[in-house]
Amino acid sequence: MISITRLLRASSRSILRNRMRSLLTSLGIIIGVGAVIVMVAIGEGSQAQIEANITSLGTNLLLVIPGSSNTGGVRQGGGSYKQFTFDDIEALKREATLVDGVSPVVRSGGQIIGGAGNWFTSVYGVSPEYFKIRSWEVSSGEFFTDKDVTARRKVALLGKTVADQLFPNQDPVGQNIRIRNIPFTVIGVLKAKGQTGMGQDQDDVILAPATSVLYRLKGDRRTASIDMINASAVSSTQVDSATAEMRTILRKSHKLIEGQDDDFTVRSQAEIMQTATETTKTMTLLLGSIAAVSLLVGGIGIMNIMLVSVTERTREIGIRLSVGARESDVLIQFLTEAVVLSVSGGIIGITLSAAVVAGLNKWTTLQPIITPNIVVVSFLFSAFVGIFFGFYPARKAAALDPIDALRHE
Amino acid sequence: MTAVIETHGLTRTFEVGDISVHALRGINLTIEPGDFVAIMGSSGSGKSTLMNLVGCLDTPTSGEYVLDGERVESLSKNQRAMIRNRKIGFVFQGFNLLSRTTALENVELPLFYDRQNHVRNHRQAAVEALNRVGLADRLEHTPNQLSGGQQQRVAIARALVNRPAIVLADEPTGNLDSRTSVEIMSVFQELNAEGVTVILVTHEADVANYAKRIVGLRDGRIVRDVAVTGRHDAAKDLAALGQREELD
Repeated sequence: MISITRLLRASSRSILRNRMRSLLTSLGIIIGVGAVIVMVAIGEGSQAQIEANITSLGTNLLLVIPGSSNTGGVRQGGGSYKQFTFDDIEALKREATLVDGVSPVVRSGGQIIGGAGNWFTSVYGVSPEYFKIRSWEVSSGEFFTDKDVTARRKVALLGKTVADQLFPNQDPVGQNIRIRNIPFTVIGVLKAKGQTGMGQDQDDVILAPATSVLYRLKGDRRTASIDMINASAVSSTQVDSATAEMRTILRKSHKLIEGQDDDFTVRSQAEIMQTATETTKTMTLLLGSIAAVSLLVGGIGIMNIMLVSVTERTREIGIRLSVGARESDVLIQFLTEAVVLSVSGGIIGITLSAAVVAGLNKWTTLQPIITPNIVVVSFLFSAFVGIFFGFYPARKAAALDPIDALRHE
Repeated sequence: MTAVIETHGLTRTFEVGDISVHALRGINLTIEPGDFVAIMGSSGSGKSTLMNLVGCLDTPTSGEYVLDGERVESLSKNQRAMIRNRKIGFVFQGFNLLSRTTALENVELPLFYDRQNHVRNHRQAAVEALNRVGLADRLEHTPNQLSGGQQQRVAIARALVNRPAIVLADEPTGNLDSRTSVEIMSVFQELNAEGVTVILVTHEADVANYAKRIVGLRDGRIVRDVAVTGRHDAAKDLAALGQREELD
């Protein structure tokens, strides 16, 4: 067998003989590998960001949202959502053992007037347990208490964005604001949480006692109800059992008989995370496969140049055959050249993508992450591209007749 | 002494469409070691076909061919590649050196394909071969830095490096001027004097007269097989050429 070092030396020599052409040929692979790695890194990065954001929503979070109700086997439309009552909340607090915090969420919102001017935002009516469930902290002032809830006091906590908009240059604590023309007293400002993974500003919010929002802001009896229940499981390992427990309690509280569908849905954070990561995974796959197409095109470029090279070097092949090269020697020589071209393109592509990722991290809000997996995979893929697209030209070179090849002009 | 080349009834027929072209119609040829044979003939006589068969680049349609004690007429492609590597050194009309590759690396090329690695030190063997053709001072030159005569010397060194049973030269002087042709023939004569068997294919009678024996071909048959009378000595011719130049 011919020694591998000699083979590599011979092929790198013939690659270096045509520097410009070799560089352009490899460029296809360089761009292909670089694009695959950068795209996948961006996907992985946004996945990690979303995961971090969802974790920041509060650990072990469980959301109970209304589902559509069934009447006589007929699924009612969206208007038939059965909302929750304070009885549901009480039942959960009384009976649930795997849940250590339950809070109603009453959604409202509208034009807020106070301090410097107007601001349109959401108002959530919650109970004091909500702060713990969603990991809220105050930067000034204090939270409201159960007493405030029972007394339906008109007190409010402002998110950082709302505080900045309404009271740009002063402490809002103690000030009055009007929500839908109803006066509320600001008792605290929430610490900033930043954006969610979906780009939503979590600080653009006002928190007030659930009862105050329900009965003072949404006075209409017909529509006034609790929109959602937030709870937290005692630990992250108990999330699934806590979900099951809440379901049983709520079914009893809603007087659902056996065989009837739930008229609500309990969603855990893991589920939400799964949905979000599935979305980004799809995105990563999409970006990665588009980039992989460019790698494929790069491979075709290698095949093209190798075919040209075989024609150009017909005489050289003839000489090699005449001094005793076997067909397999010629095949391996050309295959090695194709693989050296594609693999060195792959290595340059990996280096280049590392630089691009570093640049993106530094100058943009994207936080791409290069995982070792994708580096190894794209490297192997580039080697595979070399073998796959190099084989046909190499086969063609090896099949040349020595007499014809020597006579070739 | 056993013959280095022995052929019996060697034929080669090419099928061109529906027509059969009989390039060789039964060649019986015996060449002893140390001989210097010129194969002559006009174009179409079959000398190139014979050369390809003798050089194991092609296989005969029928007949026997014994090279250096081995039957080679029905060997596989790989076996023929090995025979070419071990027993035959080629010298071509167009030199056929690898471009942009130094003289030394060109001469090392056959050793690269020797699977048994008979020669341990490739570089040393290549330097010795270049020394024999008088190019010890041109090791690192690439073909485009060498004259035609020097390129052909490199080709001869490449043919010698594996210590083959025969050196097969196909019109080695066809691309060279007359003075350089004589130089190249003197190299062949020197090598032959050292015991190398040389087979020369040519259509020039001048060149053939440097050999010891002339085999004439016509229409695929041997029509003449004679020892050279009044053999030319290339070294003397060269000296004479030098004197004439001085007179001019």
